[in-house]
Amino acid sequence: MSSFPVENDVTTPAIRVQPADAAPESLERQADAAPGAVKISVRNLNFFYGKAQALFDNNIDILGNRITAIIGPSGCGKSTHIRTYNRIHELYRDQRANGQIIMGEQNILDPAVDAIELRRRIGMIFQKPSPFPMSIFDNVAYGLRVNYRLKGSELTDRVEMALRKSALWNEVKDKLEEPGMALSGGQQQRLCIARTIAIEPEVLLMDEPASAIDPIATAKIEELMLELKHNYTIVIVTHSMQQAARVSDYTAFFYQGYIIEYGSTKQMFTNPTNKQTEDYITGRFG
Amino acid sequence: MVVEHPKEIGVTLAIRPVARRHAANRVVQVVSSLGALIGLGILVWILAVVVMKGLGAFDLAFFTRLPTPPGITGGGLVNAIVGTLIMTVLAAAVGTPIGILAGVYLAEFGRGSKFAVAVRSLTNILTGVPSIIVGVFVYTLLVVPAKSFSGYAGAAALAIIMLPIVVRTTEDMLNLVPNSLREAGLALGAPRWRVITSIVFRAARNGLITGVLLSVARVSGETAPLLFTALNSPFWIHSLNQPTPNLTVTIFNYAMSPFADWKTQAWGASLLITAGVLVLNIGARLLFRRGKIR
Repeated sequence: MSSFPVENDVTTPAIRVQPADAAPESLERQADAAPGAVKISVRNLNFFYGKAQALFDNNIDILGNRITAIIGPSGCGKSTHIRTYNRIHELYRDQRANGQIIMGEQNILDPAVDAIELRRRIGMIFQKPSPFPMSIFDNVAYGLRVNYRLKGSELTDRVEMALRKSALWNEVKDKLEEPGMALSGGQQQRLCIARTIAIEPEVLLMDEPASAIDPIATAKIEELMLELKHNYTIVIVTHSMQQAARVSDYTAFFYQGYIIEYGSTKQMFTNPTNKQTEDYITGRFG
Repeated sequence: MVVEHPKEIGVTLAIRPVARRHAANRVVQVVSSLGALIGLGILVWILAVVVMKGLGAFDLAFFTRLPTPPGITGGGLVNAIVGTLIMTVLAAAVGTPIGILAGVYLAEFGRGSKFAVAVRSLTNILTGVPSIIVGVFVYTLLVVPAKSFSGYAGAAALAIIMLPIVVRTTEDMLNLVPNSLREAGLALGAPRWRVITSIVFRAARNGLITGVLLSVARVSGETAPLLFTALNSPFWIHSLNQPTPNLTVTIFNYAMSPFADWKTQAWGASLLITAGVLVLNIGARLLFRRGKIR
């Protein structure tokens, strides 16, 4: 789509993290992570819903500035897996993860790692678009206000930049004070993306971001992902193998809580080494 | 694979008479309609009598003058109207924040914890405690040590009656807010309290206000807890440390009196309270319905 507005010339004043949540040096945005270098390293990740184990010894290296797709049949643990990366599962009393998820030098699952700071660095887009019950502007400003001290004009600039980056600016620039709920499903999802990238995370987790919206809106979001990967590391859970094939560089196949196969998307879709992967990709089950 | 066909049963099925089933249906329909009619009829009857007898008491003096001794015309109930308003507002001012905070605990922080289960069932029990017992409780707690009936004690009793209603509606309304909104807020790095105050409350706002309005409607007609706490008074309110005039106990006193003009005023006070409760209820319902359509 040629109308995709990529605006890199918007002035972006430096963001100052609130001193109240003063972050250790290692939590600052990693400048040294070269594209394609390991960004997140998962080792022996196990996950439990109460007593039921949902993930078994997951090991995977997520590469920086690449799109990694996670595929597999329903209930195989795809979403459960990425929901540990920002520890959003901690909202629920009976959910537990153990093992290591290394980003920088730290194990994300270590209770000493502050979840609030972690979530500033690892953003998440959910399956169902979930605009907050407030205006479009306030939706995008929400994370900025929570995480950063910004002057009014800086806030406005950053909201605009995030909306431009998520290809929504032209559609909403004249109605920023209208409620976010008033947008269409696809626009709502791009609003959620804008809200997430506004706070400059390093990693974007996407949990079936296109499963609740129509094909045209899906195409827009996929296009957006290809654009965003220049600046972000993206992990996407998807039910659509076509989507995985279209957007991702690497693909992991999950089955019953195990990572069955992980490799470059090209190799996975043309020449899978594992029989189960092949069966799933060719549509024999799942 | 062998497919088993059901074997023919060599008996014809006996059909129950259709007319009888229709008749049974009609009986149930008539009986249940009758029940609805009786319920509605009694309500309309009460409203009609209260309006007819109460409307006659409404004049300027009723809303602006203090009570007069029996036989002296021109008296009003301004002190009781103001007293009821003050105690109800005070009760709401105390009961609402505590109730909402407890509801937040149950719906947000305590979800699934044993303590929350205990608080929830105790709250349910508190809803069912007869209001006169709440009155006696506050009597021993506040009136006896102070050696005086007081408006503060009245407000405290009303607040205790409001509390469980606010707690439960708050919890129910917060539970209606989808978890996806909470997760989205947390995923942006917002702390829990901020997600609750800036996102969840906003999403549940109309429901929360509805709960408070309904609880105010519930206590504004209470008499028994005030008998032991605020008591009543024919004088103007100079301090809430003294017996405080209020409409419900006034109705009780005036209706029991042998004086015609007092009885008329009791009807007027009844109409005033009924109308107030009705307005609060209808307002709450309208607000809640508007909140659901979005």
